Amino acid sequence: MSARPANGAVGLELANRAVEAAVAAGAGAAEAYAGEATTREVRVYGGEVESLTAAAQRGVGVRAWIGGRVGYGFGTDLSPEGVGTIAARAVDAAQVADEDEFAGPPERAGEVPELAGLSDPSIGEWPTPRVVELALAVESSALEADPRVVAVEQAVYFDSADRVAIASSTGLAGEFEASSCYAYLQALAEGAGGRETGLGFGLGRGPAVLDAAAIGREGAERATAMIGASKPSSRSCPAVLDPTVAASFVGIIGGAVGADAVQRGRSPLAGRLGEEVASEAFVLHDDGLTPEGIASSPLDGEGVPRRHTALIEAGRLQTYLHDTYTARRAGAASTGNADRRGYRSQPSVSASNLVVRPGSAGFEELLRQAGEGVYITDVTGLHSGVNPVSGIFSVGASGRLIRDGELAEPVREFTIASDLVSMLRAVRAAGAASRWVPFGGSVSTPCLLIGEMAVSGS
Amino acid sequence: MSTELIDAGVAAKVVARALSSGGEFAEVFAERRSGLTMTVDESRVESVQSGTEEGAGVRVIDDGTTYFAHVDGLDPAELERAASEAAGALRGARAEPRALQAAAASPQPIERRPEDVPPERKAALLRELDDRGRGEGGEVAQLRASYAEARREVTVANSEGLLTGDDRTRVRIGVQAVARRDERAETGAETLGGHRGFELFDDDPGAIAAGAARQALTLLDAGAAPTGSMPVVVGGGFGGVLFHEMTGHGLEADHVQKGASVYAGRIGETVAQPLLSAYDDGRLPGEWGSDAIDDEGTPTQKTLLIENGRLTSYLYDRLRAERDGVPSTGNGRRESFRHLPIPRMTNTYIAPGEDTPEAMIGEVERGFYAVSFAGGQVDPATGDFVFGVSEGYLIEGGKVTRPCRGATLIGNCRDALAAIDAVGSDFWMKTGICGKGGQHIPVGTGQGHVRIGAMTVGGTEL
Repeated sequence: MSARPANGAVGLELANRAVEAAVAAGAGAAEAYAGEATTREVRVYGGEVESLTAAAQRGVGVRAWIGGRVGYGFGTDLSPEGVGTIAARAVDAAQVADEDEFAGPPERAGEVPELAGLSDPSIGEWPTPRVVELALAVESSALEADPRVVAVEQAVYFDSADRVAIASSTGLAGEFEASSCYAYLQALAEGAGGRETGLGFGLGRGPAVLDAAAIGREGAERATAMIGASKPSSRSCPAVLDPTVAASFVGIIGGAVGADAVQRGRSPLAGRLGEEVASEAFVLHDDGLTPEGIASSPLDGEGVPRRHTALIEAGRLQTYLHDTYTARRAGAASTGNADRRGYRSQPSVSASNLVVRPGSAGFEELLRQAGEGVYITDVTGLHSGVNPVSGIFSVGASGRLIRDGELAEPVREFTIASDLVSMLRAVRAAGAASRWVPFGGSVSTPCLLIGEMAVSGS
Repeated sequence: MSTELIDAGVAAKVVARALSSGGEFAEVFAERRSGLTMTVDESRVESVQSGTEEGAGVRVIDDGTTYFAHVDGLDPAELERAASEAAGALRGARAEPRALQAAAASPQPIERRPEDVPPERKAALLRELDDRGRGEGGEVAQLRASYAEARREVTVANSEGLLTGDDRTRVRIGVQAVARRDERAETGAETLGGHRGFELFDDDPGAIAAGAARQALTLLDAGAAPTGSMPVVVGGGFGGVLFHEMTGHGLEADHVQKGASVYAGRIGETVAQPLLSAYDDGRLPGEWGSDAIDDEGTPTQKTLLIENGRLTSYLYDRLRAERDGVPSTGNGRRESFRHLPIPRMTNTYIAPGEDTPEAMIGEVERGFYAVSFAGGQVDPATGDFVFGVSEGYLIEGGKVTRPCRGATLIGNCRDALAAIDAVGSDFWMKTGICGKGGQHIPVGTGQGHVRIGAMTVGGTEL
């Protein structure tokens, strides 16, 4: 199945038309973002296809400036009248907004990088029956991996081929294509009178890179590892965060280095440029250019070239992430971190791909260094348990105890608590093997050993 | 009724096309979504945004498999193309749909259409929220308030001859305040929303800004939260999110039928003490989670979930209802035409009981009072849940003594639901946004104060 949008191609011509319509409607400056996506999704359960989805989406979003006032309009009607209505809405919206001296359209900024490998041809080459087989293989490999896996709640495959065009009245113009896909499952295991769930996942630019057997095995291993888990006693101890857990926290740090949160006094890292905010073992970059990162693209959400930015090195905070607005406000240059979730949303500052530098310690070595502690394989309640302004957090966790430097019994139903900066300063080592994780944005990270963490259980 | 999105002739053709290669059931769901949002931040009105999206989703169900395609736009040719797309993977003989028969639905009444209110009035509302919140004290350092209006006009037609529609209008304001003292920063948040028009804001909307600011200011004086198992008194309104998460999701029939719910196979069993009864009610007038029909065209209803401690019903969409041989409970909801309907809650609440908050706190020697939550999460398969407390206090000697920050409630729903030993008569509802399977929809949660005899509080105090 492949659903192709009709009603005209989404590209620079459409974006330019929208910009002209906004200027004609009274905008002093305007920008348009046209997006198109062709997606498919397969959900399987019990060896059968539960649902098969094919979809096409396309639309345009227009930002209009009247002096320092800015408004946004978007819609799916790409006819000349429809685009005119969208542009007029953006102008109307600008008239309601208050003046902001730093608001204004992005200017042309540097060469646009050539990025190869953003589109994987295997998406187009794999017909739907073949990706259905992949999803079924994800499910069956979990069931075959361990007899204690009694069911797979769901196994899902998804892919998307996207096209983006951005143009502005200040002369910015660019377009690119990118593809992405992922597969995951939630395995159910039974034993010791209880039931456990385990997530397995894989992601990439096309189905050819997904290893169905490995995804299924991971779900099975995570679920069975938790069988018989009990509540640990409260303690303060070293903690090893697995890459999925580390990524969730790294994503929150990525939000805290966004200049918008900093300028508006909502970041625990506000006012700390150049200060020591982490141990030297924790090195963090934002990399909008690495082809392996799903967030990579030649241009950010407002047409400024993406780049590679060191955020935390030698324990010190190197820079904040900027879009055009925050850069003007700070007297800095945009770091190419204007992000948007398609044509429905206006750009805002966000990390692209967050990359934690791997260290030299293998997993066993990290456990040995931890000695007596806890290995955290899952955290829950991040959206409600982290105060993004103060950085203080208390979240639900599960995993395994570490005893004498080795993994011991599984534990669940406890919380871990600290604040973000204290945790970063307590990073004692980063593992040697990194993994791309789609939690907290797009993050590549190894396991992290935290010297001390408050664990509350019974 | 509003079936003007696509006319009956087009709907019939699309449904027939969807069944052209076989299938037991086909449906077209057409939608127009329009809205306006704006915020005030740093005392400046900004992020003014409006948009309109139109599109349709077509699904065919055959032997347990759902084939789904969605397109942007409501052009009849596009809809037929989506129908062909959905039917494309089927290899059977043409099936015949029943003739469409229009069924009237009565959308919730809207007194003052938001789109008829000038946008400047909405900006003025935001400035009023900003003033009220900042007026609570000099330590209020930041305030952000948002206004959102959204209209969803929907038409549903299916191969069983149903043709119906709904016209839904929701408005919501939210306030987040940050209070600072020296190095300390605390936040507070409040919302007000409904399936209502602008008339919702006639009655002192600024009160939520004052509430959010006071919450942040209170937390400046908060100490570490206690740790360990203790009685927990939960506040009314959004406190109902506890029931929503720990029990409501486990009653959704998709989880149940996969055995991925701790409530699977337990209808008729005792799951709570006799003082607890609970409902899901999609018909509550003006409430955030109410609609005339669900997103499959089934009229919404009031469903008794737990009657005096006994489990009485799951929540069904069409597909899962058919599997269990029962009627749909009108809980087939979807975020938009780009999503498949799945069993979801509407307005879910613990019915008012007979206790007072004062009495249930007075009986606690040492415990925790969770006034409101920042949110929560549950794994329905295991029943494990976690909630972040946004405003909480210590209870000592039957009295609320001091505010605590950074508390988390953690537990398993089987134990926690059975441990509810007091339900208050002071009932109210609050708005929430519920995420499941990547779909976010408006839901109402409600209750009076309730007390859980023992629950783990994960604090910051060791």
